[in-house]
Amino acid sequence: MKIISQISQQLTGIVTISLSLSLCLCLCLTSLSLSAATELRIGLSGEVTSLDPHHLASQPNLTVARHVFESLVDVDTQNRLIPGLALSWRAIDPHTWEFKLRKGVAFHDGSPFTAQDAEFSLQRPLQLKSPSGGFAAYVRAIASIRIIDTHTLQIKTKSPYGALPEDLNSILIVSKKHAVNANTDDFDSGRAMVGTGPYQFVRYQRGDRLELSRFLGWWGNPPAHDKVTLRIVPSDPSRTAGLLAAELDMIEHVPSADIKKLSKNNQLKVIQATSWRTILLHLDQYRSPSPYITDLNGSLLSKNPLQDKRVRQALSLAINRLAITERIMEGLGMPAINFVSPPSFGYQTILKPETFDPSAAKQLLTEAGYPNGFQLTLSGPNNRYINDDQILQAVAQFWTRVGVRTTVEALPMSTLLNKVRKEETTITLLGWGSFAADLSIRSLIATTNSEKGYGAWNWGRYSNSKVDQLMTTALSTIDRTKREALAREASILAIQDVAIIPLHHQVVSWGMRSGLSYTPRTDEFTLAQHVSIR
Amino acid sequence: MLRSPILIRISHSIITLFAMSIAVFLGVYALGNPVDLLINPQANQIERAQMITQLGIDQSLWVQYQRFLSAALHGNWGTSFVSNTSAWSLIIERLPATVELALCAMCIAIIIGLPLGLIAGLHPSRWYSRLIMNGSILGFSLPTFWVGLMLIMMFSVWLGWLPSSGRGTTTNTLGIPLSITTIDGLMHLILPAINLALFKLSLLVRLTQSSTTLAMLEDYVRYARAKGLTERTIIFKHVLPNIAPPIITIIGLELGGLIAFAIVTESVFSWPGMGKLLIESINMLDRPVIVAYLMMIVSLFIAINLIVDTVLIMINPRLRKQAPSLQSSLA
Repeated sequence: MKIISQISQQLTGIVTISLSLSLCLCLCLTSLSLSAATELRIGLSGEVTSLDPHHLASQPNLTVARHVFESLVDVDTQNRLIPGLALSWRAIDPHTWEFKLRKGVAFHDGSPFTAQDAEFSLQRPLQLKSPSGGFAAYVRAIASIRIIDTHTLQIKTKSPYGALPEDLNSILIVSKKHAVNANTDDFDSGRAMVGTGPYQFVRYQRGDRLELSRFLGWWGNPPAHDKVTLRIVPSDPSRTAGLLAAELDMIEHVPSADIKKLSKNNQLKVIQATSWRTILLHLDQYRSPSPYITDLNGSLLSKNPLQDKRVRQALSLAINRLAITERIMEGLGMPAINFVSPPSFGYQTILKPETFDPSAAKQLLTEAGYPNGFQLTLSGPNNRYINDDQILQAVAQFWTRVGVRTTVEALPMSTLLNKVRKEETTITLLGWGSFAADLSIRSLIATTNSEKGYGAWNWGRYSNSKVDQLMTTALSTIDRTKREALAREASILAIQDVAIIPLHHQVVSWGMRSGLSYTPRTDEFTLAQHVSIR
Repeated sequence: MLRSPILIRISHSIITLFAMSIAVFLGVYALGNPVDLLINPQANQIERAQMITQLGIDQSLWVQYQRFLSAALHGNWGTSFVSNTSAWSLIIERLPATVELALCAMCIAIIIGLPLGLIAGLHPSRWYSRLIMNGSILGFSLPTFWVGLMLIMMFSVWLGWLPSSGRGTTTNTLGIPLSITTIDGLMHLILPAINLALFKLSLLVRLTQSSTTLAMLEDYVRYARAKGLTERTIIFKHVLPNIAPPIITIIGLELGGLIAFAIVTESVFSWPGMGKLLIESINMLDRPVIVAYLMMIVSLFIAINLIVDTVLIMINPRLRKQAPSLQSSLA
């Protein structure tokens, strides 16, 4: 099975190359006709596993659900919070948030949206008998919910918690009347697909498409298209071909090899934005000796060199980030020195991305007592992020050049995660997307603590009590300006200590007919309601 | 009673199924832990532990297998982790699309492959025979995904005649959603069916050609000619029935292969069939679906073998007397 999935990965690679070649031949001959102006056909890249908005927290599932359902707190294209079904929210005391709900909002069946529906939706993730896939994570801070009137909701948190509005963005509001006894099958069949969103459910064919039609009673500005078909096309070349053949009007995640060719076609265009996904390296800092770091002869080093800050700095300095973003990523990346990407909450601008300096790296290695370097393995996925396996190869070459002989271990994500859980990796590549730097720090580098739920993805088990303290203070701060300052401070401290090595922020791209326009979103969502006709 | 070849065969099948269930379960278990792939990155360790318990993967391999087996014997193949729907119904939902595609591909392969192979075998030295044989080498050696993409570039992007992906409009025929009944569905079906057929077509051409060439050298053909039978009678009354058994065996087995492993074609054309489901399930480590799928495929192959054997016996009267030995040789 592993082999099959590896082959399929390789196939995709080869397919991309051959397609690019064939595109050269065919592009000049392509004739594209603009489809009927009011129908929009979008090619999505991810597999949708269920329409139930509270079942599995995956980007493809949420993409589809966000056409039909809305959340209390919305997010704009710059990854910043804006009013959704809640018009405003404020903390009335450190433990209590009050949400004023939008009035005059109707569900697709005509019934009005009230605080009852909001309360029900916030409780549903915890009540689902099936594995919730982790939407519970977004409501775990909630201690109790009180309905003040039909359009006011008070939420008490277990402890002062400033990130509640961020968390509530991920919980979509369903109709209590239709969802109260509904299971995932009821959503997939459309029976429970009653939301307040701009589009309403028409038909769903699993693994193929979801058809939607404009909801005339929507409270917002009516979207440009009457009819939307979300086609599920995970194969990269097929998505490009669909756009070229005028069967799709818009596609997400344009394969990097096809971007140039699509941009040259004057009937199509490609738009891009820095995504919230940051690609970074976790470094084993908790074991000494580290079981897979050896000297050049292959015998185990008695001390873990990665516990020495100078070695971590050297490894970061030895990487030519510009070469990675410009040559390997073909512009689909931006050098990083942050836990979140530029427009997001808590992005710091004091530290600048490390400039490539191999001689300084060598110097630091010598100072740390490794003038001849050592050997280690760099692990990472080969099917998860844009060009992930090539990034691994490049980093390994940069490190080998300064004397740290690096072997690459590129694995399918499922296999990699297994190795990480068994603690069989030394340095591991991971991609992370988040609304806020303090939330990222909580998951990525906070001292691992099962009870508090800190450091769930801290693969290098970095631990720094000052960073922990700043992060917890930030998260419990209700004042957003103060909270952001604390989050920045925590980021700077952790980056200076080389808790992780940030590589780059991914750039996300969409391809579409030139007659359409879409503001590229940092959170990578493809939402038909925001696609307009020029 | 037990002497009856069919009964022996069925008891063999049950043992095979049982053995396969162990192999499949072990293999999928070795693939790793699906929790980290499924879980919300923001989840904490407590939620992670809860999820593991809910999915039942905290139990030992043996307990998990026992649970699986007893549920399977009651007709329950487990619930998909990612879709929260019965694994069996997920597969059944995708079955018509794949079977429809595979049958169409097989029909194309037979209708074109058999006559071409026959022609090439009857007149091996003619230019068109060489053309057919060389063409079949191409059909063998070109990778399926590449041919698929070329078909898309040619007929969808360049000429704009046929749709590039998806399954088109379906209508319910006897309760089964079929796309072959509508024009739109047919248009969607043509390219993937050709793509899937190409390899089997080449195989049939080569198999028919070599069997025909050999058969034409046999004594019975010479006697038939001496008897003054027309070439037409010789070919259709004598040669074809003689070369048929191996070809039918191959067609049967290959049909199973088409249904089970149309993965590449389904991916390239975004055909919502079982192959695409399998790849998705592997990528997300959706264990119940992978296991149920593989068990279904094993059953499918066993059933096809059984049917092929029966058809062979019906076609060739000589085999009827030695049926038991044939059964064991094919087992």
